[in-house]
Amino acid sequence: MQKRSLRQKSEARWGYLFVAPFVIGFAIFMLGPMVFSFIGSFTDYNLTSKMNFIGIANFKRMFVDDQLFWKSLYNTLYFTAFNVPLTTMFSIFLAVILNQKIKGIRFFRTIFFLPSVLSGVAVYVLWMQLLSPSSGMVNTILSWFNINGPAWLFDPNWTKPALIMMKLWSAGGAMLLYIATLQNVPTQLYESAELDGAGIWHKFRHVTLPLITPIIFYDVITSTIGSFQIFQEAYVMTSNGQGGPANSLLFFNLHMWNKAFVGFDMGYAMAMSMTLFVIVMIMTVINLKLAPKWVHYAGGSK
Amino acid sequence: MAVESHTMSAEPYPQSITDRYSGDSLPMVAPKRRRKISGHQLLSYVLLSSVSLVLIMPLLWMVFTSLKPMSEIVQFPPTFFPKSIQWGNYATAINSFPFWSYAKNTLIIAGSVVVGNVLSNSFIAYGFAKLEFPGKRILFALVLSTMMVPGFVTMIPQYVIFSKIGWVGTYLPLIVPAFFGNAFNIFLMRQFYLSIGDELIEAAKMDGANHLYIWSHLMIPLTKPALITIAINSFNGAWNDFLGPLLYIKDQNQYTLQIGLQVFKNQSTTQWHYLMAGAVMVLLPSVLLFFFAQRYFIEGMDLTAGSKG
Repeated sequence: MQKRSLRQKSEARWGYLFVAPFVIGFAIFMLGPMVFSFIGSFTDYNLTSKMNFIGIANFKRMFVDDQLFWKSLYNTLYFTAFNVPLTTMFSIFLAVILNQKIKGIRFFRTIFFLPSVLSGVAVYVLWMQLLSPSSGMVNTILSWFNINGPAWLFDPNWTKPALIMMKLWSAGGAMLLYIATLQNVPTQLYESAELDGAGIWHKFRHVTLPLITPIIFYDVITSTIGSFQIFQEAYVMTSNGQGGPANSLLFFNLHMWNKAFVGFDMGYAMAMSMTLFVIVMIMTVINLKLAPKWVHYAGGSK
Repeated sequence: MAVESHTMSAEPYPQSITDRYSGDSLPMVAPKRRRKISGHQLLSYVLLSSVSLVLIMPLLWMVFTSLKPMSEIVQFPPTFFPKSIQWGNYATAINSFPFWSYAKNTLIIAGSVVVGNVLSNSFIAYGFAKLEFPGKRILFALVLSTMMVPGFVTMIPQYVIFSKIGWVGTYLPLIVPAFFGNAFNIFLMRQFYLSIGDELIEAAKMDGANHLYIWSHLMIPLTKPALITIAINSFNGAWNDFLGPLLYIKDQNQYTLQIGLQVFKNQSTTQWHYLMAGAVMVLLPSVLLFFFAQRYFIEGMDLTAGSKG
């Protein structure tokens, strides 16, 4: 190895100084807690007790005895399986219809985007009212078409679709990612497709879609991880985090929360958090492995 | 991207950024055509308007419900526009819980988080974008990989650690982590730094400036648009954060608006007029921020998309 010059050494020292906050933060807020969680998952820790090593008892209890664990995993997978493709498709749809050079397009973009910057308890309270079986907006509108709307948050079959509908409403954030990419598509590509007699669908399928696959890939990975984090919606929209009718909104994280901060069963909750980590890693690896089959990078670079 | 945003919005990012991301696209040669509304465009307007209506309806419904008397909400079918406007609903909602004191608490937390995020991410990203040191690539890969770890994985052990050092019941667990950067913002800032040429830094070094000086006196002013994007996003995030305060704030006097609204929700179930008035008040800062600073939200997204494409 060639000897580094004084100048390079000095620059390296500055470099370490500048990235130091990240490294320190990573060690304290991520690596440390994960190691602690890993060790804690093999103990019966309850915040006040000593950490007694109990082997894989937590995991055995989770996989064998805890019926609610499987229920919560099922609910979360169900939610993810519908939420990820639906919000992805809807945000692409929004981006495609916005990607036109016509007057007033900024106004429509503002409207499409607005819901996605709103979040938190106020939004959940709003949707609780919209979904209210008797006085809510959704069922009122359905009644105009003579449709008798379901009880949404009170009917175990409709609780998760209700949440997915709420998530679709705020698909405007990902939409912006797609628009930014669509605006880079050279118009010549569409024009030559038109010369070949391609219709709207054909142009979308063979020109637009391949060009936005890198963004779809990014969107799918982040929204899969995001869907697995669903918690607040279920906590706020069911009475005191109970998990809704027939535990239909008891998501993985809500179950973990109840174990950790209601029962203070920290060892068990940490075992759950390790399981969550492994599941999300597996899903990310699957996404990465599938990517070469459908993600096109322009010019094969990057 | 370049065409639309240059003609239609004031561009907060320097030209060089948008150029970088326009990639290898062919030169635009299509001549300007005369605009007149064709059948195709009419169809577009109908589609855009109906989707807009669907997306804006919940917000209109919220505002209208917040102004109705309860009798109008429970009648069947409910009215859409309020027949008699009850401004008093807002006074009742705000007086039902210590709204202003919770708003102040939320502002203190959000303000500190903004300062922490802007300073730390700008600082860290400078190292990754402008300095060379052994291990940089691995460290940056580590930054990106933290995006893949769900927050819930570290939530419980973090809580245990914060409770052992006596931080539970204070705002510290909500504020301090913001001073250590986060992957998404580091990434965003780094992209922005890369669009700035190195000549300025070289010239400053010739004049004897060190990197701390270059960062604080040259880079911060130059990266203002990106810093504003980060500031706005982190304010919005902290203002709407429910999980953090739910976990760490125990004393009622320290509650934030999100917790306050949640408690108010539990106390006044189906008092929709008051609940909607409360929700409108809590959402108002986000809505105002959105309308006054929309371009910063959007350009932040453009920067992300550009680097992924």
